[in-house]
Amino acid sequence: MTTTATPPVTATLSAVRIIWKREILRWWRNKARIFGSLGFPLIFLFVFGSGLSGAMGSLAGGAAEIDFQQFIFPGIIAMNVFFAAIFNGISLVYDREFGLLKEVLVAPVSRSAIAFGKTLGGATVATVQGTLVFVFAPLVGVKLTPLLVLKMWPLMFLAAFALAAMGVAMAARMGSTESFQLINQFVTFPLMFLSGIFFPLQGLPAWMNVVVKVNPISYAVDPLRRLVLEAQGLSQNVLNNLGDYGLGISIGGHQMTLWEEIFIVVGFGLLMNLLAMWLVSRQD
Amino acid sequence: MNHGNSIEVEGLTRRFGQLVAVDHIDFVVPQGEVFGFLGPNGAGKTTTISMLTTLLKPTDGSARVAGYDIRSDSAAVRNAIGIVFQEPSLDDRLTAAENLEFHAVLFNVPASERKGRIAEALRLVDLEERGKELVERFSGGMKRRLEIARGLLHTPRVLFLDEPTLGLDPQTRRSIWDHIGRLRSETGVTIFMTTHYMDEAEFCDRIGIIDRGKLVALDTPEGLKREVGGDVVTVQTPSPADLVRHLERAGIESRLHGDTVLVEIEDGARFIPRLARDFDGDIEGIALRRPTLDDVFLRMTGRTIRESELDDQDIARNRMRRHMTMGRRH
Repeated sequence: MTTTATPPVTATLSAVRIIWKREILRWWRNKARIFGSLGFPLIFLFVFGSGLSGAMGSLAGGAAEIDFQQFIFPGIIAMNVFFAAIFNGISLVYDREFGLLKEVLVAPVSRSAIAFGKTLGGATVATVQGTLVFVFAPLVGVKLTPLLVLKMWPLMFLAAFALAAMGVAMAARMGSTESFQLINQFVTFPLMFLSGIFFPLQGLPAWMNVVVKVNPISYAVDPLRRLVLEAQGLSQNVLNNLGDYGLGISIGGHQMTLWEEIFIVVGFGLLMNLLAMWLVSRQD
Repeated sequence: MNHGNSIEVEGLTRRFGQLVAVDHIDFVVPQGEVFGFLGPNGAGKTTTISMLTTLLKPTDGSARVAGYDIRSDSAAVRNAIGIVFQEPSLDDRLTAAENLEFHAVLFNVPASERKGRIAEALRLVDLEERGKELVERFSGGMKRRLEIARGLLHTPRVLFLDEPTLGLDPQTRRSIWDHIGRLRSETGVTIFMTTHYMDEAEFCDRIGIIDRGKLVALDTPEGLKREVGGDVVTVQTPSPADLVRHLERAGIESRLHGDTVLVEIEDGARFIPRLARDFDGDIEGIALRRPTLDDVFLRMTGRTIRESELDDQDIARNRMRRHMTMGRRH
């Protein structure tokens, strides 16, 4: 051995940390990506949101007035987190295209650590990109308190963690950035539109109702929405009967609690991470 | 295992389907040597390097690098070697120092030594002033030097360089060679490199010539040239076939090569006047020179290295490439 033996666990953690750090540095140096990521939220909040807000009227009637823009605001935050998280998988494809992956694969580091470092990097970047959407809150009449933000961050990070792993898994066998983009659209858009980001999950057509409930991303959107709307002063009556007001997800008559939803997201995240690690390890 | 040897290869073989890219090669590289692997594109150089660096599994045979078996002890091999790949493998959006830090951490360089080693590596390739600059602003030669510095960061015992000067202009190639010479004398690292430039092979202590997967010669550059014989005489004539027959009658071996006839002969200076006197056909030109590695290659393979490259734009290379673009296929 040429180097003094570093304990394997420490070595693996250092590897994860440096791969994470590189993702952050690359993101930070790509200002176009940072600002560009605000384009979608702007359009959805102010074009789509304002346009529909008249048609939809107010939700959760009888309680504090929640208009459509306020309703979709947490959804848009979630959307920005999801987009950024999955998209970050492209960095693995980029590494393969531009040769850096070889340098990483030949290092005495487990492939799982490589996948995990990428996922953590993507999750961090995605959480920050979701946080950028907070600046629009005053413009749509959403009050953000420090406590609310502190509650939202872990939820955003958990969702990002799951979807960043999904991005890495998608990228694990992909040869070009173009094909990644294409698959990304195929996978991401349906998942997003069928997760309740843009519309209440009550009174949907039967088939859609099933798809929405099978879609794990739905369980990442709903807790964020509940936290944000709750902080806008929903009455106890609304909170007790979420379903009547187009909020929450119920399965077989059971109203999912916040913790049950978080549990699903964590489970999905672990599954996606195992998948990503397995696929990256299978590279020859 | 002989402890004086950095690399020991026995019957190493790799097949890609029907194609045998590397065919039962054997050789040994002693500690501290600069060993050159010479051959045209597609000859099996990169396949060999990929197996020795544990990136590709051999179909057959075995090898030990820095004392570790490439099959059973691949993690130990990876820790003990440095690699500079044929294609660039730097992160353009990081600075030179960040690229080195990334590598140092992945290769378990202790945190307390990282800064010092990074500075030292940058100095060794004359980039100490550029550490904080983004790599995307670097020239091709600077990137190559940075990759060589990176390959040395974890003080490997063997440094693999796969075509280290490919695609660089002559001046830059020269400077890369100066750097390789310097790091060898300063660190004593064993260097295994591939090249298809004959003039570069001259820098090596010993050269293995690989052609179509087989090791066809292995010796010092001087030793290889001695095998060719004393002098090389090339004769240009409108009737080369006649000349070959003429020489044959005189018991002199020659080779027809395009319009040129090549003769390897002990005393070329005395041979030329005799030839001019005895041969009936026209002679357009005669040249006398000491043998070069090109002559060695021609003798060993029946082709010049440039011809090999032309007719071997072959499946071998393309298949290899596809295989080596890791992860796109099984």
